[in-house]
Amino acid sequence: MADYKSILFEQMIKDFAENEVKPLAQEVDEQERFPAETVEKMAKLGLMGIIVPKQYGGAGGDYRMYISAVEEISKACGTTGVILSAHMSLCVAPILEYGTEEQRQKYLPDLASGRKIGAFGLTEPNAGTDAANQQTTAVEMEDHYLLNGSKIFITNAGYASTYIIIAITGKGPKGPEMSAFIVESAFEGFSVGKKEKKMGIRGSSTCELIFENVKVPKENLLGKRGDGFKIAMKTLDGGRIGIAAQALGIAEGALDATIAYVKSRKQFNRAISQFQNTQFVLADLATRIAAAKGLVYVAVDAKQNKLPTLSVNAAQAKLFAAETAMEVTTKCVQLHGGYGYTREYPVERMMRDAKITEIYEGTSEVQRMVISGALLRK
Amino acid sequence: MAKNIWVFCEQRDGEIQNVALELLGVARELAEKTGEKVGAILLGHNIKGKAADLIAYGADEVHVVDDERLGMFVTEPYAQAVTQIAKEHTPSVILFGATSIGRDLAPRLSARLKTGLTADCTKLEMDEEGNLFMTRPAFGGNLFATIICPDHRPQMSTVRPGVMKKLDRDDFRKGEVVEENIAWDESKFSVTVLEEVAECQTCGQIENAKLLVSCGRGVKDVAPARELALKLGGSVASSRALVDAGVMDHGCQVGQTGKTVRPQAYLAFGISGAIQHLAGMEESEFIVAVNTDKNAPIFKVANLGIVADAAAVLKNLNKILQ
Amino acid sequence: MKIIVCIKQVPNTTEIKIDPITNTLKRDGVPSIINPDDKTAIEAALQLKEKYGATVTVITMGPTQAEKALREALAMGADEAFLLTDRAFAGSDTLATSTIIAAAIKKLGADIVFCGRQAIDGDTAQVGPQISEHLGIPQITYAAAIDYDAERGALIVKRQFEDRYQTLEVKGQCLITILSTLDKPRYMNVWDIVGQDEKEIGIITFNDIEVDPETIGLKGSPTKVKSTATKQFDKTIETLELDPETAAKTIVDALKSRHLI
Repeated sequence: MADYKSILFEQMIKDFAENEVKPLAQEVDEQERFPAETVEKMAKLGLMGIIVPKQYGGAGGDYRMYISAVEEISKACGTTGVILSAHMSLCVAPILEYGTEEQRQKYLPDLASGRKIGAFGLTEPNAGTDAANQQTTAVEMEDHYLLNGSKIFITNAGYASTYIIIAITGKGPKGPEMSAFIVESAFEGFSVGKKEKKMGIRGSSTCELIFENVKVPKENLLGKRGDGFKIAMKTLDGGRIGIAAQALGIAEGALDATIAYVKSRKQFNRAISQFQNTQFVLADLATRIAAAKGLVYVAVDAKQNKLPTLSVNAAQAKLFAAETAMEVTTKCVQLHGGYGYTREYPVERMMRDAKITEIYEGTSEVQRMVISGALLRK
Repeated sequence: MAKNIWVFCEQRDGEIQNVALELLGVARELAEKTGEKVGAILLGHNIKGKAADLIAYGADEVHVVDDERLGMFVTEPYAQAVTQIAKEHTPSVILFGATSIGRDLAPRLSARLKTGLTADCTKLEMDEEGNLFMTRPAFGGNLFATIICPDHRPQMSTVRPGVMKKLDRDDFRKGEVVEENIAWDESKFSVTVLEEVAECQTCGQIENAKLLVSCGRGVKDVAPARELALKLGGSVASSRALVDAGVMDHGCQVGQTGKTVRPQAYLAFGISGAIQHLAGMEESEFIVAVNTDKNAPIFKVANLGIVADAAAVLKNLNKILQ
Repeated sequence: MKIIVCIKQVPNTTEIKIDPITNTLKRDGVPSIINPDDKTAIEAALQLKEKYGATVTVITMGPTQAEKALREALAMGADEAFLLTDRAFAGSDTLATSTIIAAAIKKLGADIVFCGRQAIDGDTAQVGPQISEHLGIPQITYAAAIDYDAERGALIVKRQFEDRYQTLEVKGQCLITILSTLDKPRYMNVWDIVGQDEKEIGIITFNDIEVDPETIGLKGSPTKVKSTATKQFDKTIETLELDPETAAKTIVDALKSRHLI
């Protein structure tokens, strides 16, 4: 029997991206505006809770559907793609995987329905690639943890109401002991700081988070005390598949736009698609994209089947897809010539959007560390 | 034995519609072939007086039902009236305009009379045995199919307005007016008209215009086109793109999902000429197309094609015609 | 309220192109879609369901591949779906098709039947009215808006004509054919995309309905296709590349020489 679920989902998400996301992409970038109306539409269609089981108000879909949603949406708009990815991979997924039954019942219905948006806070001014060098502390009191410190570069900050925050809860045998918490934006002492002005994905909200004596109820500890670093790393394994899908989508979107352009653009009385240089560049780009897509869906399989290779698969997918996005968008701008450098055509935006995929949720260098680490550990 | 070519003569607000006269014209042609008579069905309220017009345009006999139940078009009373008359007189053919009335009524009747119906025909021919060959576009106008209805009578067809030619009016023509009595079954009248509202007067009746200034995606501002239409004594029309964009009214739309026109001159500005659009205008007598894309399909049907910016040409036309 | 929506799976005619060399239709690889008017009919039914409560049943007649169209309707939020499929149905014209569909509707039972106004592959707009005649229920075609007056138990329908509209009221069973301009059909949603997987598509064959075999299929079709032809263009006279001023003069001269102005 045909896999109607996948066929129909793909048809829906393509239509949605083309008709609802694409028309806003340029405006969202120009105005550095969070596309709240698009998020609302996504929520109505169940996209904000694809992977959440029905008993928690989700759609009960699978991880592959979620990743293909990020990919298709990112074809049209990288900003919108990362909003979904951060919400799902970095907030919904860890609650689903590490949350208690009470936590799932309390937080997932609102997140799955899109009434609330999720986010994740690990990075600090002095803890980027060196994520273990955390300064934010959560001191255990009688009935709560007292959270103090700050996070930076937090995607969806300000628009999100539910945050997964990593903080130091004490001293462990091998260094600081870290724990993960579910923090609500409504908690007293929680505030959103400076908003970053970025090169790309300019409609996505990227801000600082500030915690001043935030009382986090004990029942909001996610996982066990001391599991914070492990939860963060596992969460990022999933997140990296989302970002890989975003990068893949950006590359595909740039290639699609370029194919249309080279067919209509004429130089020397010929469509530039008739020049072999154009043809060969397109062939190479399409081939790289196909390879990236293969790696992304290998990682999806690893995630769905809980394979031990997940970390490496996700790192490889993100590394390769991000570098592919950068190469593809750069060459697509080149094929557009001078027009490609203007904002009249989408490829310059896609090139700016692509760059971040080599940086966030682990730079390409971090991915190489993960991959080589696994190789040499054997 | 079924005999004679009949036309359902549509009227609105007591006015005989052009398509009815066009159908009388083609019915006349078909009837010549077999030596049959042309019959007209005229339904309405206070409508009797119009029967003479139908004779002047080619009917040999007019079957009139003048009844207040037929004042505004509602399917069931109209269907009852036509069914009873048709069963009594057994015409061989009944033609309807492919309008929102004809295409509502005709299929209802075909099921009631248990006969075939061919929709939206653009060509009708008849052989000596009285078999009607009904040609219609399909697949968005990409394909033409010729349909026959060999074993059932009446042969029924709805015919696209603007395609057939009406005869010149001849007030000396003789014909018979028959007033029909209908035994109404009012228990079947379950649809009530709460109101009827006229609309879409802004664009004029584009089917009847002698000259059309038609705009497509390549025209951003339609005001110069309206100005030109006024100067040339024509109307404005539009491709689907501008209707979808909300710039032009649906009543002005030419093409498969809009209207079919055959004016003496059709001036297409910034229309690329999707096959659906061409289906609605290619029968125009003289077609001028202005478009920046020299490969646009509109140039395949244009008698005069000009590769230029449509807005700029419109501006210059208005200047010259000052 | 039980609503049956009749839909048709059609090739997306906007993607059909003519092969310029052989002058034949290129239908290969043309995707199949739910006919646009029919998709709006599904939307109209779902809106009534949301506002007033109803079950929405979608039916189609066609080959087994038409299951996809039904599953898409389920993924939009329809409750159940039936496929009318049988070798005996093949070759049916509009009258025979309507006979089969009417028999299936009789079997399933419905308060309201919705159809799209017409299908983009055939453009006949005939099957809807013919179904309603077979069922002996009133029809309203060209519906541009639909509402339900719960107090009076009546549907209020805006019926579009070329030059006017009527507001019609109908009580009891009826069939309405719907214009795609009524509303934009909703997207499929993830809940129902997942949910349709757990639903069975009901299959209705010749043996499941009460219908005279003489009135269906090729045999039961009064109309026959005698021949088909693709279109030829041979009217091109000239295409010129001109500046706007010369272009305007050329047009005026051409119209004048033909006594059009």
